[in-house]
Amino acid sequence: MAYVALADRDHEQHLHHPQSWITRWVFCQDHKVIAIQYSITAISVGVVAMILSSMFRLQLGFPESFDLVTPDKYYQYVTMHGMIMVIYLLTALFLGGFGNYLIPLQLGARDMVFPFLNMLSYWVYLVSVLILMASFFIPGGPTGAGWTLYPPQAISDGTPGVGGGILLMLLSLAVFIVAFTMGGLNYVTTVLQARCRGMTLMRMPLSVWGIFVATILGLLAFPALLVAAIMMLLDNVIGTSFFMPEMLTMGGQGEHNGGSPVLFQHLFWFFGHPEVYIVALPAFGMVSDVLSTHARKNIFGYRMMVWAIVAIGGLSFIVWAHHMYVSGMNPYFGFFFATTTLIIAVPTALKVYNWVLTLWRGDIQLTVPMLFAIGFIFTFTHGGLTGLFLGNVTVDLPLSDTYFVIGHFHMVMGVSPVLVLFAAIYHWYPKITGRMFNDTLGKWHFWCTLIGTYSVYLPMHYIGILGVPRRYWAYGSDFIPDSVQTLNSGITVAAIFVAASQLLFFINVIWSLRNGEKAGPNPWGATTLEWQTPDTPPIHANWRDNLPVVYRWAYDYSVPGEERDFVPQTEPPHEGVTVGRDHGVEH
Amino acid sequence: MAIAVVILLLVIATLIFHFISPLYGWYFTDIASNWDMIDTTVDITFVVTGVVFVAVNLFLVYCLVNFRHREGHKAAYDPENKKLETWLTVITTIGVAAMLAPGLVVWGQFVTVPDDAAEFEAIGQQWNWSFRFPGEDGEFGNVDVRHTSVDNPMGMDPEDPAGRDDVLVFDQTVHLPVDQPMQAWLRSMDVLHDFAVPQFRVKMDLVPGMVTYQWFTPTVPGEYEILCEELCGIGHFAMRGLVVVDERPDFEAWLDSQPTWGDLMARGEPNLAAGQAGYAICAACHGPQGQGQPVLNAPKLTDLGAWYIEQQLVYFKNGVRGTAEGDTFGATMAPLMATVPDRNAMRNIAAYIETLEDQPVETTVTGDVARGERLYSTCAACHGADGEGIWTTRAPRLAGRSDWYLVTQLQNFKSGVRGSHDDDIYGAQMSLLAEVLPDDQAIDDVVAYINTL
Repeated sequence: MAYVALADRDHEQHLHHPQSWITRWVFCQDHKVIAIQYSITAISVGVVAMILSSMFRLQLGFPESFDLVTPDKYYQYVTMHGMIMVIYLLTALFLGGFGNYLIPLQLGARDMVFPFLNMLSYWVYLVSVLILMASFFIPGGPTGAGWTLYPPQAISDGTPGVGGGILLMLLSLAVFIVAFTMGGLNYVTTVLQARCRGMTLMRMPLSVWGIFVATILGLLAFPALLVAAIMMLLDNVIGTSFFMPEMLTMGGQGEHNGGSPVLFQHLFWFFGHPEVYIVALPAFGMVSDVLSTHARKNIFGYRMMVWAIVAIGGLSFIVWAHHMYVSGMNPYFGFFFATTTLIIAVPTALKVYNWVLTLWRGDIQLTVPMLFAIGFIFTFTHGGLTGLFLGNVTVDLPLSDTYFVIGHFHMVMGVSPVLVLFAAIYHWYPKITGRMFNDTLGKWHFWCTLIGTYSVYLPMHYIGILGVPRRYWAYGSDFIPDSVQTLNSGITVAAIFVAASQLLFFINVIWSLRNGEKAGPNPWGATTLEWQTPDTPPIHANWRDNLPVVYRWAYDYSVPGEERDFVPQTEPPHEGVTVGRDHGVEH
Repeated sequence: MAIAVVILLLVIATLIFHFISPLYGWYFTDIASNWDMIDTTVDITFVVTGVVFVAVNLFLVYCLVNFRHREGHKAAYDPENKKLETWLTVITTIGVAAMLAPGLVVWGQFVTVPDDAAEFEAIGQQWNWSFRFPGEDGEFGNVDVRHTSVDNPMGMDPEDPAGRDDVLVFDQTVHLPVDQPMQAWLRSMDVLHDFAVPQFRVKMDLVPGMVTYQWFTPTVPGEYEILCEELCGIGHFAMRGLVVVDERPDFEAWLDSQPTWGDLMARGEPNLAAGQAGYAICAACHGPQGQGQPVLNAPKLTDLGAWYIEQQLVYFKNGVRGTAEGDTFGATMAPLMATVPDRNAMRNIAAYIETLEDQPVETTVTGDVARGERLYSTCAACHGADGEGIWTTRAPRLAGRSDWYLVTQLQNFKSGVRGSHDDDIYGAQMSLLAEVLPDDQAIDDVVAYINTL
């Protein structure tokens, strides 16, 4: 292995090594510790959201049997479940968690370029989580406006949590966006400035590509949510009318005049659609690395994969109004947004093909991370294809606001990214902890999660095609047949089964911390830099005296003529091997 | 290998589920409008996506079986394949275009309302529907929420002559003529709502501050539920209306039976003297001061809201209320109302009751007030935090009512004795919401809490 001496680096920073327990584990500036702090917080709050979903699923599945979830609680739980999962779990875990862990390690950097800002980002994120959680304990409880928080309803009487709940929600979002911006600027700058020698952009692992582009999307999209949140706060607190028209509230004349509820929806979805890709792109990147490593084969069509990530990221900013086909916006917008939305399906489909083609003629090792990655291909294919229904404006007419939408976005944005998260956690667990997880428990966790979640969300599509609306606390109706209730009971059983089976994951991860087999520095035989660190788990500053130097792309698996079936990125070209290195990628 | 088998089984299970779901009612209802083209577009999308779903996953299964790890086996090294990637791009683009093209064509039809379309307006309000037809002049009068009051729930502009002949439907049920293209103008009085009839396939949001529209031609006579499909607060799931598609003459007859705005303006103030005379038959049971007589199972009437009394009297007269099996006390109301000649007389009686002085009633129900308070949070959305009643939600006053009567009515709503008649849509909402109260104890608890308001 070859390294460059510290002194050879022209912009080497002075490193502050932590001095005490507090600076090592609590107020720590090491990106790896911050990553773990982000991850534990995000997963904890995710567990809260999962429990909420089990609660409201009980009401939907067995409406007469449980007296736990009244309509106000139902709307509050649904709202908090959605918001927590999308923002506080998925965004925070992919970017704050894996972004933090992987960017410096995979790029051969000692840390993020702004370690203090990085630490601050976590603590501000924690504050946003605490503000959000506080809303459970105030009179009136959290907001029940639906995770989309559409005004006027979000700040009008008749919606649960219209007092303090919505205020805390908006405040928490604003604080979260501050935290994200601090982290995000850091990630982008680190990717652009702190790559080690030889790590050109087109040699970066796809994980970093996904996280990098997702972060740029976040930096451009979150401000739209921030202004929307601030404008709604003003409407609510000082009586402006950005989003509030003249209207009645509970029998009386409202105080507002002239605002536009549809304006909020534009702002929300200008953030909200890129948000889908803020979650999906890191997942795309990470699953590519997992698939390639465990199939012992280079990722198929690397350059196309990179350009697909960039293209999807760009297109994601001009499709937002496909969430608003029936919102009352000018219906002629439908032509434009249906077209852009279906165009985005092309690069997305190519990514799916390339994942499967990566397996093609591979040497597939069915490890636990690989199983989750394969599960992802299946669920993402399903979720992506149902997106073609909803994106196509005409097909959306009968399906909009029904259970089809719930089924679709959970498959594509819930199940699929979560399967990647599990793949990633199992994949990098040996590097993070230095120990292997328990394989059997991991496999059981996979089977329960894949089959359980598919049984939850597949039937929902069909209830939706029938026309059952989402966000109904009870159905009692001539239109909705009893057979829907039967299906709903089954869905609830499956959902609770999936939730309970996550215990296998927590048991495994915690038990293996002490009892797992020692992992060694590179148990999967992977090529990327984090597996080439001199220590496992990596110490503060990642690399000892010398930073790595990169000679080849990240996917030299099974190169003909090579002895081993992988060649780390740090290995210089070998005599007599003509392929490999950069497989002819020009720079 | 297990993973290959499971993915194969999941694909097969998905296909089986898809094909048997119509047998169980988990699929489109029979279409009742002109929008067959939407169903066709959905079918095309199902075919294209179904083929891709099966093809991609079968190829995945093939790879998992054929290229699983075996001793001595080594993966191939093929970073790129321009030809294959180009072909896949082209085929995908063609598939996408095949779905998008018909989608855009049909959307073009959806945004273009035919010239011969008739018009009506659907008005959404937390959590009920009402409707308006333009009347003989074919033109809607101006509306503004600023004009809204108990006597003018739709906010009609009293100055606008075009509104005089507008037909106002204060009911959650609207009748539409079969085979007539209808443009539905959509207007919200408060928050977002959505007018969706699954059998018509189309939907559109109602947005306060603006007027939206959709159009469809009902093609099959029958009754179809209107579902609100945009979250509109705690009562969202109970916001149901009904479209009745009639043959033209039945529709005309129904429309003629509805009042115009002009009719309503012309009726003037209610006649209190006539109301007092009419009240004589009520006084026998409810008492001369409307204070109610528990021994006769007659609840207190004062301070209840004239609009609510008038509506319930109409229900009793028309057999909407008091006809269900088990409603013994309600049954006594029907013959009494038969003696009241018309709606106007009922309006006079209700107005007279409004003038009677309210007297406190004795409380008879005890329960867990703290639990009742928690349960009441659902009730508060419509009836008000203080049980004061809110006319826009069609929710009568609860505070200060005869508590034994509230218990009976809650039991009736739960058991379907009240609120299950097709025309009692507000009552149907209560039936749905009464599910909040799991048992008789919960009813006592919530009523005990209401007693404290």
